[in-house]
Order: sequence, then structure tokens, then C-alpha cells
Amino acid sequence: MIIEGAVMLLKDENGDLLGDIDTDMIFHNRHLAITDVNEMGKYALGNLKGYEHLPSLKGKVQILIAGDNFGSGSSRQQAVDCFKALGIKALLVRSVGAIYKRNAINAALGLFTIEGTSDGIVRSKDGDRISLDTITGDVKKDDGMIGRIAIPSGVQMDILDAGGLFEYGRRCE
Amino acid sequence: MYAGSTSGGIGLELSMIEQIISEHSKDRVVPGGIVWMDIDLKTARDFGGANVVGHMEEQYPNEPVADPERTFFTFDTVVPAKTIPYAENQHIIRRFARKWGLKVYDVDAGIGSHIVIEEGLATPGATMAGTDSHLNILGAVGAFGQGMGDMDIAFIFRTGKTWFEVPRTMRVAVEGRMPRNCSAKDLTLAVVGTLGSKGGLGMSMEMTGDQVESLSLSGRITLASMATEMGAVCALIEPNGEILEHFRSVNGEQPQNVPVHVPDYLFEREVSLDVSDLEALVSMPGKPDKVRPVSSLGTIEVDSVFIGSCTNGSYEDISEVARIVEGTRIHPRVMAKVVPATRSVWKRLLYEGKVKTLFDSGFIISNSGCGGCASGQIGMTGPGEVQVSTSNRNFMGKQGKGDTYLASPRTAAASALLGRIASIDDLGVGQ
Ligand code: SF4
Repeated sequence: MIIEGAVMLLKDENGDLLGDIDTDMIFHNRHLAITDVNEMGKYALGNLKGYEHLPSLKGKVQILIAGDNFGSGSSRQQAVDCFKALGIKALLVRSVGAIYKRNAINAALGLFTIEGTSDGIVRSKDGDRISLDTITGDVKKDDGMIGRIAIPSGVQMDILDAGGLFEYGRRCE
Repeated sequence: MYAGSTSGGIGLELSMIEQIISEHSKDRVVPGGIVWMDIDLKTARDFGGANVVGHMEEQYPNEPVADPERTFFTFDTVVPAKTIPYAENQHIIRRFARKWGLKVYDVDAGIGSHIVIEEGLATPGATMAGTDSHLNILGAVGAFGQGMGDMDIAFIFRTGKTWFEVPRTMRVAVEGRMPRNCSAKDLTLAVVGTLGSKGGLGMSMEMTGDQVESLSLSGRITLASMATEMGAVCALIEPNGEILEHFRSVNGEQPQNVPVHVPDYLFEREVSLDVSDLEALVSMPGKPDKVRPVSSLGTIEVDSVFIGSCTNGSYEDISEVARIVEGTRIHPRVMAKVVPATRSVWKRLLYEGKVKTLFDSGFIISNSGCGGCASGQIGMTGPGEVQVSTSNRNFMGKQGKGDTYLASPRTAAASALLGRIASIDDLGVGQ
């Protein structure tokens, strides 16, 4: 599968990819009573300083790039669904919390870990269009390699391909 | 019982998590591999539960859950509901549960992860999934609990199983004996401070050492509860006689398939720390893993104190606070709140007179449940307010806009009495 789109990088003041972005920064607990996925987009990253404007970029960003330990914290599915509601197709992170990773895969939101230093990915500018190949792990910009992602396991790719866990479950019946 | 058994024919012993998964899967269990795993206990709480019900009704209309006997809901985050959306969500769950004959531990019951231990449901070696990200607390009894999102849980309700990436296993060896003035929470914060927020990322941690082995059930719960704050999948502690006896006395039978720690296992990583010189510790605001000794802080005046949560809401934790404050009054500046983890902890504290002790000392005592962390059921902090909390998380904004320090129940009690962050040593001899 090839995933393509414009990127937005979540960085700290030193220009490094932001680490430890937890689920309260992604989707704050004061909005947890919301159950309608379409309502969730407007609160995405609402508690992450400097990136609260993400919802205003709806349709303009398809791939988010962040650092280590992305999505640590609670098991809230809203922290995944809010990105889907904004049309985000993939997250590229250095490492990810285990629960977040499951939630993303089950909801068919591509969640990939960056391999090695992959400097080219980190040097991308907001708005650059890149592509990820989930079979080879290649990440490219203008046809040039800028880094690699770890290739997801078979089951994980099958769930992504099916469009989510429920659809995958039905295929297996 | 498991030592010496083989992992996929490669001649290595299994780690505790691998033993548990092997008992629940037909697939080959190798670290990093994906298996389909049977889930014994399937739950959702008031938070996330309505979404689980929504998925069930949308994806599986009129199809039953796989295993109604062991599928249930626990209301523990906002109990009783303080907003209309929460009330509505809880009632969506009640209606679904009534329709399918599922049990609801309702708003008076307490924290789900504690109830399943208390009632003997989550036996050593069992698997459990729910919408609570601290379900891995079950590591305290050598069981595997896993917080998952609402899609995952709906799928598990319907099918009784899920896919799972077998985590790699690391060992955390706690050397030495901690001084008597320290508690399980200080030990836990020492581990979190040593490993950091990513120190256990994606791993199953096996906690070992004499000091860990001698922890009571309540102390084990405290330690296991902060695996999440190290990014770990879980922190498992091999059950000792006291733990096995708890299950035997509640269930009337000896737990089977109890996982054991295999010292010769080829651990992905080993970390050791020595607690012989441990002292009372706190986590600095916003960072559970930024751990500092209380003695190094200077004077920090405290406005509020929260004692409770799945980390420190047990009978042992709260009765210790009652013992420390008995016959005294908390500092006039401090608002101090106690939230017992479960209704039976509440009952025992009440019947033994400890509720009176706390009340007379000036504490506010609330309905059992999560209390402080989830949407601030017992109140949030305002900007500039300093709070000492026995909870497990102090991310900015989670418990309000103030500065929250994580600490042990003892440190919280001493801080409530003195009106500044203090350890029990600061209270003088005899405490
Ligand atoms: S006390 Fe807090 S951390 Fe523990 S289960 Fe409840 S909400 Fe989660």
C-alpha cells in the first residue's frame, strides 16, 4: 500500500521531533463524553501548545510526524478518531505507546515507526508531500528516498487493508 | 511449572507474559510476533463504555456477546455522573447491560481493576481487557490486564479474543531493602525515575528482588499500577503465598497455571536499582518520571492533597493516612481529599472508625472510584495551586491547572498536616 500526502511535523523549540505527546494533549479528557467521530476533529491536538490550530488545517495535512512515545497515556479511542475526522491518513513517529498503536491500527489509521535516523524525514518542511510504501518501508519525497519506516506485521497490514478491525473480523468469518 | 518448558521449539524458557499468552493462544508465542489471544474477562468502564456499546449496536446489531458470564461494566471514572453527557453515557451502558443480562458494577462500586482482584475474578495467569489504561495493574497478582480502545473492546465482547503483539520481556531487579520510613510508592517512584517515561516502552517488565517479593498485595498494586508511566505493556510480579492465599480464600480453590519468574530467561534488557538508601520521593509537576527526594525540595507550600486512585486507594494506604493524622488537624490552608478505591474499602474504613479519624482531622471523604484523575470528580486545581497527589499521573492539565506532585500516602499525609511538601520524618519521632 502507498500512502501519500502533505506533512506536518510536531517539533519542539530546538527543532527536534516532539516526544511524549500523550493522549490528553491529543484529545483532552474534558471532551471525552463526545461519542460522534465527526465532532472529534475540532479538538485534535487541542492541548498541545503550538499545535492547537491543526483542526483549521483540515484537508491540508494527511501525514503527521512526531518523536518518541507518541500517544502514551490513556486508552481513549478519541485520540485516534480525532485525526481520522480531519482526514489524516498516517502518523510517522519514532516510537509509540502500545495501546495507541493498537487503536490506530484497529481504526485503519496508518501508524508507522521511523527506522534509523531517517534525517530526510525530520528535515521535511510542513506542507511537503511525501509517500510511504508499506511493503518496502521506503519513504520518498519527489521520488527521492528520505528515510524508512518499519514494515508492519501481516495481521496489522491486513487490518489496515480491510479498513479496520471490524471489517477485518467479517472477512475472517 | 513453566521453567524449562520451551518457546516455539527454540529451547528457551518462557517469560511470565509468554506463559500467560501461551495458555490463551494456539499460535506460536515469540517476542514481537502476533498471536490471537483469548480474553478471560472483558470489560468496559463508564469512560469509553458508551462507545463500546455504540460499536456493538452498529457492527453487531442483535448479536450477543461471546461470554456474558465474564463480560461486565465498571463505572468508576465519574461516579455518580456529574455532567449530563456522563449520565447519558452511563445509562446507555445500563440499558445495553440489561438487554443482554450483563453485570454492571455501578457508580457506588469503585475502581474496576481493584474490584476484580478483591472479588477473585482476575486470578493469577488470567487475561483481561477493558477501556481502562491502568488495567495492567493486574500484574500485581501475576495476571495480564490490558487497556484497549473502544473498537478493540467491542470486538472482544463479540468474539472473546483479539490480536496481540507479544511484548519483549525485561527484568527490573530491585536490590536491597528499603528503609522503614519508605513505602511501596517511594519504591515505585524510584523505579519510574530510574527507567523514565519510555524505559519500558512496549515491554513486559518482570519485577524481582527481595523487596518486591515482600510487598503486600496493596504494595504490589502500587508498583504494577505505574507500568503505564514507563511506557510498559505491564509490570508482572510473581505471586507469593499471600497472593495465592487471597484467591484461595475468595474462590475456595487454588489458582491454576500461575506464572513463574524464570531467572534464566534471556531478557531483552535488565535494569537494577538499589533501594537501601531510598528516601521519600515525589514526581515533579507534569513529569511522573522526574523524581526528586522530598528532602531536596526546600519549602513548597501545599494547597490541596488527594489520597486515592488505583495506585494508592487501598485499605492499607488510607488506613495508614488515618494512623498518621489521628488526633491532629490538617493545616488550615490545606484542602485534603480521600477517595477509597472500592466500596468494600470504604466499608472497612467506616466500620473500623477510620472514616471518623479522617473526618475529625479535616479530610473530605468521597464516594469510592477514581476520584482525582478522571475529569476531576472530586475537584480540579486552579492555576498556581499546589497539589500533592497519590495518583499515578500528573501531566499538565490532567488534574487541573495547578502543579501536581505525585507522592506516597505517607508523604501526602505529612504534607497535609504541615501545609508544605514534607515526609513523615518531618513530623518528628514516633510517626
Ligand atoms: S484512578 Fe485514575 S489512573 Fe487509575 S484507573 Fe482511575 S482514572 Fe485511571
